[in-house]
Amino acid sequence: MIGRDLLGIEDLEREDIERILETANHMREIGEREVKKVPTLRGRTVVNLFFEASTRTRVSFEIAGKRLSADVINFSPAHSSLKKSESILDTARTLDAMDPDVVIVRHAVAGVPKRIADVLDAPVINAGDGAHEHPTQALLDLLTVQQEKGRIDGLTVTIVGDIVHSRVARSNIYGFRKMGAEVRVVAPPPMIPAAVETLGVKAFTSMREALDGADVVMALRIQNERLAGSYFPSIREYAATFGLDRAKLQFAKDDVIVMHPGPVNRGVELSHDLADHRPSVILDQVRNGVAIRMAVLYLFSGRRKAGRSERIQGSS
Amino acid sequence: MTRLLIRGGRILDPASGRDEFGDLLVEDGRIAAVGPGLDAREAEVLDAEGAWVAPGFVDLHTHLREPGQEYKEDIGSGGRSAVAGGFTAIACMANTHPVNDDPAMTDFIIDRAEHDSPARVYPIAAATKGLEGRVMTEMIALVAAGAVAFSDDGKTIMNGGVMRRVLEYSNLVGVPVVVHCEDLTLVGDGVVNEGPASTRLGLPGNPAIAEDLHVARDVMLAELTGAYLHVAHVSTAGGIDAIRRARERGVNITAEVTPHHLTLTDEETLGYDTNTKVAPPLRSKADMLACRAALVDGTLDAVATDHAPHAQYEKDQEFSEAPPGMIGFETAAPVVLDLVRTGEITPLELMRRMSTNPARILGKPGGNLAEGQPADIVVFDPERSWVYDAAKGYSKSQNSPWDGRTMTGRAVATIVGGRLVYHVDRGVLVP
Amino acid sequence: MSQADVPTASGGRNPAGQPRSVLDDTGIRRALMRIAHEIVERNSDPENLYLVAIPNGGEPLARILARNLHEIVDVDVAVGVLDTTLYRDDLVTTGERPRLRRTEMPSAVDDRVVILVDDVVKTGRTIRAAMDALMDFGRPKVVQVVGLVDRGHRELPIKLDYVGKNVPTRTGETVHLRGADGCLDDRLEVVLLDAASGGTA
Repeated sequence: MIGRDLLGIEDLEREDIERILETANHMREIGEREVKKVPTLRGRTVVNLFFEASTRTRVSFEIAGKRLSADVINFSPAHSSLKKSESILDTARTLDAMDPDVVIVRHAVAGVPKRIADVLDAPVINAGDGAHEHPTQALLDLLTVQQEKGRIDGLTVTIVGDIVHSRVARSNIYGFRKMGAEVRVVAPPPMIPAAVETLGVKAFTSMREALDGADVVMALRIQNERLAGSYFPSIREYAATFGLDRAKLQFAKDDVIVMHPGPVNRGVELSHDLADHRPSVILDQVRNGVAIRMAVLYLFSGRRKAGRSERIQGSS
Repeated sequence: MTRLLIRGGRILDPASGRDEFGDLLVEDGRIAAVGPGLDAREAEVLDAEGAWVAPGFVDLHTHLREPGQEYKEDIGSGGRSAVAGGFTAIACMANTHPVNDDPAMTDFIIDRAEHDSPARVYPIAAATKGLEGRVMTEMIALVAAGAVAFSDDGKTIMNGGVMRRVLEYSNLVGVPVVVHCEDLTLVGDGVVNEGPASTRLGLPGNPAIAEDLHVARDVMLAELTGAYLHVAHVSTAGGIDAIRRARERGVNITAEVTPHHLTLTDEETLGYDTNTKVAPPLRSKADMLACRAALVDGTLDAVATDHAPHAQYEKDQEFSEAPPGMIGFETAAPVVLDLVRTGEITPLELMRRMSTNPARILGKPGGNLAEGQPADIVVFDPERSWVYDAAKGYSKSQNSPWDGRTMTGRAVATIVGGRLVYHVDRGVLVP
Repeated sequence: MSQADVPTASGGRNPAGQPRSVLDDTGIRRALMRIAHEIVERNSDPENLYLVAIPNGGEPLARILARNLHEIVDVDVAVGVLDTTLYRDDLVTTGERPRLRRTEMPSAVDDRVVILVDDVVKTGRTIRAAMDALMDFGRPKVVQVVGLVDRGHRELPIKLDYVGKNVPTRTGETVHLRGADGCLDDRLEVVLLDAASGGTA
């Protein structure tokens, strides 16, 4: 069951995912109360260690921590000072000396949460690392699909867009595969990662084929500035070919739902009307984000490394 | 007259093909006799029972960091680490600060090595000024100062015109131009081998085609110019294929492979350990197997460590930011001994690729146990089991993926110019 | 309370220890009828009652109590379910996080007479947690507590207002309500397991 850190969906068993979703379902009820707070993590310190800015994810973790009564500290080391004087592991060791109970790590480079978890006593939650994983995003996506469809097993999920640079894609591929769904990816060929089939998915270049019979379509965000011109010719051509609109959704099942990790580039990944209305469920994803992060904080805040407890015993 | 008798070992001399049990007598820095039951009067005796007695290993590719980055390594610490691994001669790359692109710098390295290093040190000079890939260096003056080869190594010369002229001009000096073959436009931001591993890690992939293509280019330029090309750390099946076909056409090329590319694959990178970050990257299993086969069949001539020390705080950075490279002197022989254990290669042929061939490529003595040759010798126990602790090694740096692993096979004594410079029980003895 | 590792009514005997019945189905239903009468006696306004069950054991008991109250005073008493897990005082020390259970509070608690219903009461810590949880939902006029079985061993100053049966036990023993997972008319039974059988309370 549930390990000490949450570094990626790849490390989880299906039962772990089910336990997190079940817990999040209970956590949702707290968000519907007048007093949206329970004393569970009173006196615990949760650190948001965000090397890469992400207001949405940080706020979501912050609300989740506060609803569980934890003290939530936001720590965003400036990247420039890091490079010159302090390595990421120095930062981690400094932080560890302050005895946090949970550390949530976001970084633009894959693998940093893992390296930090290796030196920290406190459990580490990955809040997104490079193009590696973004486990809480995938979990909230799974929760959203479970609510909408009543199941995940046997569904067909199509992920559209920048697969190669996307941590959301990787985490969702692992998550939906482990929960028994068929996963397809579709993108301009330069955006399909090497050996993607080793992740257990089928790659497409035709939207019509990829969407055929899909229950869920997930559009990924395009980082406009950086990619246009190198991974595809232009935003216009991308939007026309891979942008989701009601016409392309005709290929999918009648009751298809459309998801997006946000923020949406309107008129690029999703047509304007799709971004705001059914079948898109983007706001449900955001709402579920808090419940998932509460569940994750609850389930993963109970563990410490042997080193820490020995230290405490040794000093007493 | 100083005499040293190495008694009772398995003599492996690739130069003569000798593989038999016997003694080896050193007198006044040279090999005096090889054979059974040699006269040991007045000689210091070194017992080599159960060990191999072979020419000292010669490393074509190392980074000694002096001058400029002595916090990583210096010529003395690098030399001590080398002899502790059984190396008696090492060639050092030009990417120091300042760059070894000037005869005075070559002089400095040679002078420093004479004072500080128990291993012989052969400087490789830069092929272009400042490793900038534009203006070629004064090759004649550099060779006169003692440079044994030319290379911009990791600063691959992307400009084909410059590379062509460097090769053409090198015909005047006849020493190898050593190339690190990676097409940087295809490498892009890549930091791990492109394939299942890079996809799982979410790190930018460095595709094998970047190396294949660049090997093909340099091999064709060597063919055009008739120059002597030496391909550094070959890591891909495609690169090997290009070398093999060019050799069949008679092109003047040699090539080396590292212990890590012979034994590790990109699976090693899955834990984000920055000590597994090297350039070129650890490749697929198929590539690794191709490297092994090519070392065995002779397409790849030599094993070279690409010993690349880096400080811990540098390797503590993000995977994409951490500098590539690993140290290799003290682990090289036990690591490549794996090919003997699997039966892929005989001890004699492995010793050839560790000593005789690299010495020949550098145009230096070594790799030869014939009477009268300089006594550069390693006594190597192929059965000795030990745990490698990088922190206890002689290098100033500890960036090794083998740190903490159990190794089989170890240099028990290293002799340079007739002097015992390392003994496993006594450590490095001089200077 | 937690039913996770307890043999169910149909599951037969625990091979490790012999479960001893301390209250059978008839006894339970008789006690709940008596308690319903006591509730009516003590509370003049049955319309204002609000039964809040502590899952899982409290839930069938609260529903039976609601049915009994309906029989006695012909009022539909509100029934809520309140999970106390997130209010537990031992979460700091436990490694494995306990599973959460359902919370469903169909109406506001402000100014109501809230009657907490639990199956087995021992230390009083669960009742303490339930009262804290309750306060997050509003300000009840009165809070009263029903315990089907009172084992003693109180660790907090908590007094039960309504008790089905006092069952003196040793600390190592465990007491469980069986058959609570099924529908209202399934057979219920309270059993005691000795320490060797390894249940948790």
